[in-house]
Amino acid sequence: MSDWINTIVQGVLTGGLYALLAAGLSLSFGVMRIINIAHGDFAVLAAFIAIALAQWLGLNPAEALLLTLPLMAAVGYVLQRYILNRALGADVMRPLLVTFGFSIIIQNLLLEGFSATPRSLYAGNFGTSSVTLNAQIAIGYLPLTMMIVAVAILAGMQMLFSRTMLGRAFRAASDDPEVVRLMGVDNRHVYALAMALAMVMVGVAGVFLVLQSNTSPTDGPQNLLYAFESVIIGGLGSLWGTLAGGVILGVAQAIGAKFDPGWGTLAGHLCFLAVLAFRPNGLFPKTKDR
Amino acid sequence: MSKDIIKTPATRRRLLQGGAAATAATMLAAPHVRAASANTIKIGFVSPASGPLAAFGESDQFTIGQVKKALAGGLKIGGTTYAVDIIYKDSQSSSNHASDAASELILNEQVDLLLGASTPATTIPVADQAELNGVPCITTDTPWQPWFFGRKGNPTKGFQWTYHFFWGLEDIIGSYTNMWQQISTNKMVGALWPNDPDGNAWADAQHGFPPVLAKEGFGLTDLGRFPLPASDFASFISAFKKNDVEIVTGVLPPPDFGNFWNQAGQQGFKPKIVTAAKATEFPAAIQAFGERANGLSVEVWWSPVYPFSSSLTGQSSAALAQAFTQATGKQWSMPLGFRHSLFEVAVDVLKRAASTDPNDIRAAIASTNLPTVAGTINFNKGPVPNISKTPLTSGQWRKAGNGFDLVLVDNSQAPMVPVHDKLLPIA
Repeated sequence: MSDWINTIVQGVLTGGLYALLAAGLSLSFGVMRIINIAHGDFAVLAAFIAIALAQWLGLNPAEALLLTLPLMAAVGYVLQRYILNRALGADVMRPLLVTFGFSIIIQNLLLEGFSATPRSLYAGNFGTSSVTLNAQIAIGYLPLTMMIVAVAILAGMQMLFSRTMLGRAFRAASDDPEVVRLMGVDNRHVYALAMALAMVMVGVAGVFLVLQSNTSPTDGPQNLLYAFESVIIGGLGSLWGTLAGGVILGVAQAIGAKFDPGWGTLAGHLCFLAVLAFRPNGLFPKTKDR
Repeated sequence: MSKDIIKTPATRRRLLQGGAAATAATMLAAPHVRAASANTIKIGFVSPASGPLAAFGESDQFTIGQVKKALAGGLKIGGTTYAVDIIYKDSQSSSNHASDAASELILNEQVDLLLGASTPATTIPVADQAELNGVPCITTDTPWQPWFFGRKGNPTKGFQWTYHFFWGLEDIIGSYTNMWQQISTNKMVGALWPNDPDGNAWADAQHGFPPVLAKEGFGLTDLGRFPLPASDFASFISAFKKNDVEIVTGVLPPPDFGNFWNQAGQQGFKPKIVTAAKATEFPAAIQAFGERANGLSVEVWWSPVYPFSSSLTGQSSAALAQAFTQATGKQWSMPLGFRHSLFEVAVDVLKRAASTDPNDIRAAIASTNLPTVAGTINFNKGPVPNISKTPLTSGQWRKAGNGFDLVLVDNSQAPMVPVHDKLLPIA
């Protein structure tokens, strides 16, 4: 019995990482209506920036993370303001294709710079210590931290969206970019800020990714897939739904892997397909069918 | 707007025409490549220099440098002196890339002899390409069963163009089980055997670990084959804990084993013995675990204490390891000896070949009987045709100064290699 509880606990904790990955994707779709195909690759990019900083400057993982985030924010702002904004318009395919291009560019630049060798950030004792609940159940500090950070970030986002001027600008620019401009708000700047925020979240996810396991430059698309599935399972537009989506995906994978180690990923995909078939809007949608 | 629509197809057509012309030009140019290589003999070498198995290729450039130095004056084949050109290709640890690299070496570079090393992902596609195109080929550093049976080899016929030397599953199974019995455990073994040629061969119900483990009285927890790369080992750790596993074994690339070992720490799983092939063979991979590397064990195919020496440079195993450390600042690792011995065999073969004709080179490979730094290579004495076996021992990583030393603890399969100590449980 308690090994089942352990399976579910580990799955929930993995879900924290998926939710972190998914939150940025959900934000850029929610505000700009951009499906960022390069989202997973940006996570890997952030991971490798953190590894490079840790190596060159001799930083510990926490310091490397803090230095990586402003860099990612800058990347996000410039990317949206000077490239993706130009591709926006009635045709949703154009920004999608641009981000597809970025996916290829990032993977190849990372391969060029870091080779195909998987790398990880070494978190020392912190990475391998845990709280032991009983013989079967132990909760690692690192996955636990990941989950807490994910919840904190999503709570922060919720506050930002509902309570602040910027959040209102995000929602307004999402609802009607034309009217927002009439109100004296520059929607291009608002979009760029939203992308910067999305990149900060994906940056956190990327750094946790290499703290938890080895990552190679071509792992982006796989991360995108998990992020995408979390968003769809949770329901578009809902931040807490995204967390639930990540957790459901993580638990489905953990239970699948318990039956057969080859079935983990498959179980996640099946769960995603089941949600698509029976609740196409996701489990906790904020959007309505048009 | 309308301009755009007219313009696009025209540009595309021009592009296609240009492409066709370029292709035609390449095809015309191809025959000249062969003419240029009249007095040069070309050796192609494929090995994983990047990717999850990059640690295997770490000593490639050092070995190639040594060989180039030894062959600076050229090589006499059938009375003519040839310059030797070694062309190196990275397999990126992927069988697709290895296959592409081998066919490029064969078709574009027209190599006279093809070499390949390290894990089935590289050695199998390289050997397959050589067999298909009729190019003499020698590979090493893959247990012989996955290499031979993984390529649908027939034990009575063997292969025509491809030869291989390394140890086999019988050696590693014998050495592991002997080593494990040096300390008292509950004999419960947990397996990490992935879904790749190595994992499938190790887990094989007839030729792999399971029958021997059963015979020697070990219990086995094997959840089944799993896809690589693997980042989540929670289900394994939970099953191992439940079945009270004290011995963990497997055959995993270093990054995947790293994920397992970190998560084992996170979930408080503390086995007494951890013996993982591939993963814990390398000082660099070991170093990354910090204190948690102390006590990990692994099979040893070559080390500075192996009582052999090089036919190419005259160096003993110890001298070779020392030269590597001096040149690169890195600790020796097992592939160093096998890279060296692969080129020892290649040079010996070319020296003995009657001419540079592929048939003569193949005949020279078949009659090889050469003492190398990794043991004596003789393809007529293997368990099946085209195979030569090398001696295998097992060792344990022990903290020494700032790093870790690999101390030999079992030589049941290769008594000529001296051991230093007995296995100790992981603290």
